Amino acid sequence: MSRLPVKKTYKLYIGGAFPRSESGRSYEVEGANVALASRKDLRDAVRAAREAFPKWASMTAYNRGQVLYRVAEIMEGRKAQFAELTGGKGEVDEAVDRWVWYAGWADKLAQVLGSSNPVAGPYFNFTIPEPTGVVGIVAPEEPPLVGFVSRVAPAIVGGNVAVVIASERHPLAAITLSEALATSDVPGGVVNVLTGRKRELCPVLAAHMDVNAVDLAGVGGEREELEQLAAENVKRIVRNGEGQSPWHAAAFLEMKTVWHPVGV
Amino acid sequence: MAELDRRQDRSPVPSAFEYATAPESREIVRLEERYGLFVGGDWVEPRSGEFQPTISPATEERLAEVAYAGAEDVDLAVGAARDAFENGWSGLRANERAKYLFRIARILQERSREFAVLESLDGGKPIRESRDVDLPLAAAHFFYYAGWADKLEYAFPNRKPRPVGVAGQVIPWNFPLLMLSWKIAPALAAGNTVVLKPAETTPLTALLFCDVLRQAELPPGVVNIVTGDGRAGAELVKHPGVDKVAFTGSTEVGKAIQKAVAGSSKKLTLELGGKAANIIFDDAPLDGAVEGIVNGIYFNQGHVCCAGSRLFVQESIYEATIAKLKRRMTTLRVGDPLDKNTDIGAINSQQQLEKIKELVAIGEEEGAEIYQPPCRLPEKGWWFAPTVFTNVAQSYRIAQEEIFGPVLSVLTFRTPDEAIEKANNTPYGLSAGVWTEKGSRILSMAQRLRAGVIWANTYNRFDPTSPFGGYKESGFGREGGLHGLGPYLEFDE
Repeated sequence: MSRLPVKKTYKLYIGGAFPRSESGRSYEVEGANVALASRKDLRDAVRAAREAFPKWASMTAYNRGQVLYRVAEIMEGRKAQFAELTGGKGEVDEAVDRWVWYAGWADKLAQVLGSSNPVAGPYFNFTIPEPTGVVGIVAPEEPPLVGFVSRVAPAIVGGNVAVVIASERHPLAAITLSEALATSDVPGGVVNVLTGRKRELCPVLAAHMDVNAVDLAGVGGEREELEQLAAENVKRIVRNGEGQSPWHAAAFLEMKTVWHPVGV
Repeated sequence: MAELDRRQDRSPVPSAFEYATAPESREIVRLEERYGLFVGGDWVEPRSGEFQPTISPATEERLAEVAYAGAEDVDLAVGAARDAFENGWSGLRANERAKYLFRIARILQERSREFAVLESLDGGKPIRESRDVDLPLAAAHFFYYAGWADKLEYAFPNRKPRPVGVAGQVIPWNFPLLMLSWKIAPALAAGNTVVLKPAETTPLTALLFCDVLRQAELPPGVVNIVTGDGRAGAELVKHPGVDKVAFTGSTEVGKAIQKAVAGSSKKLTLELGGKAANIIFDDAPLDGAVEGIVNGIYFNQGHVCCAGSRLFVQESIYEATIAKLKRRMTTLRVGDPLDKNTDIGAINSQQQLEKIKELVAIGEEEGAEIYQPPCRLPEKGWWFAPTVFTNVAQSYRIAQEEIFGPVLSVLTFRTPDEAIEKANNTPYGLSAGVWTEKGSRILSMAQRLRAGVIWANTYNRFDPTSPFGGYKESGFGREGGLHGLGPYLEFDE
């Protein structure tokens, strides 16, 4: 006798929990009813991200690297599941390897991006990178998993927290990755994932006054209006980014310079 | 004046020493009657046909007439910069580029007195500051970036740096020549060409700088100077031939510029306003801290985006700090910018003076207590006495908005957490100061303050090797240091 499989309900990922959209809406995609997030869901996600920011940002870089590495471990264990939702095993391997690559950057960014500055006077002066805060990410439409990982990992490795609008046509990989995040040691709220219509959500994300930076690489089309909305609180704007690079992480980091006199 | 005399009676100490005047001669400066635009290595008449006077804020004297560029003028300047970029400058060997910049640095050093006097004349800042701060730093900035020109591949290993193209740069009136050097030096070192628009009220040192370029034999079109008002700046940043926009100025204009470049592929850096917290703990060496407070807010009449305009004093030392501060304020000399004794010069423009007066009036209405030391302000020109507000609440507009004048708002705190909470409670994040003898507390505060520059047991220090720029609505991108090069480069990646 054949067995009827138990199907998964794909929901949002906000503040470490998996709520349905407060709007009660969903849309059918990739054979599932996926939550159709509202602007209220997006605002809730930004609030959850902001609350998670101080703890994630103040973790030691070594600890953050370990937590992120653990995400890769859990992704590896779910490879078969991811393969079904993506371009296949090759994409999953690439995504896991990329996640590991970024995990290893956690305690190296400050040494590569920071500096000690030889000022012309009796002062000790150094520059260190710090996270900018809440980063709004529009994930690329595809590849579903590598696209998501390539934008989210560089944002959070430096201590930022993220609100991500998942691929509209291929959202299942992002939600499944959220389950990996939820069962690793990444604190709730560090990554928040919304599924739904980009046309509805992107302007709300770009205009949100408690978002510090936006990654618009996944927008695809016209971004003039989004960038104008983003200017209202002088957001840092990322327009594109291929592959993996510490400079993708640097785009979401602020350089802080500290002076102190030298004397006896 | 009656108002000030009344305050004099309440001052905590007798009127401070009298000084004989020590005026710097302005003989060294030779001004033209009128200045055109500097485009393609030549002085050209503005197609707009418009000229406006530039005025000394200390005397209201008309110094010269300068051209006000229109859209057509900006277009010609961008064309000249493009031409210079395509036909010579970008193909020049990097070590040759470096030597041009070294020449500029040296000529600025050689002609520093002339520039310092002109800066004080046109902008109203004390000669002591233009001579000892603006000019040495401007020259040092060119010297520092000169050395980077042929070392870019070491600054950005494996990234194959190349110039962006034409940079459109708009600078403010508070440090005219220094801001010019912050903009032009890294742009040229990276191999770009430049169209720079000086501020409306302080164009003269940028125009004199064109003579430095002549002496340095910089190829025509590599640097173009278009004077004018906000209209010229707006034309420049939206011009399709500009590849990179750099702006220093108000947050309001910065947002407008970010909107103007939206949707384009232009690179952008913004260095905008601030409302910096200067935090004094009870273990701080108080005399030094008071010097830091004074330098933090009264340096350059408070026309400083990183000015320490919000003073946070730990409650237990509040009375002692305010008493010392008020006493120190009585010794500040306000007056002729060309007098070498002067600590506080003229307010840069009538418009700025009105803005300061308006916010100060609002501060009094809101219930803050005002103190101004006894000082006699000159009859002509635009002046504002150094001012401190006590009994200020976090919600007052004088604690929230950038005044950009010699006006300090004092607030108090009990614990480090409270200081951080209050200091960070602003949309700005350019700079902050911390005064304490405890090393671990300095580092903890430096870590938790959300600002791009932290001065610990010092304030308002600048250096070409030291990156400068803001968090949040104070802008993005850094100027100075290795970090200041990146915004002027494209990378293969």
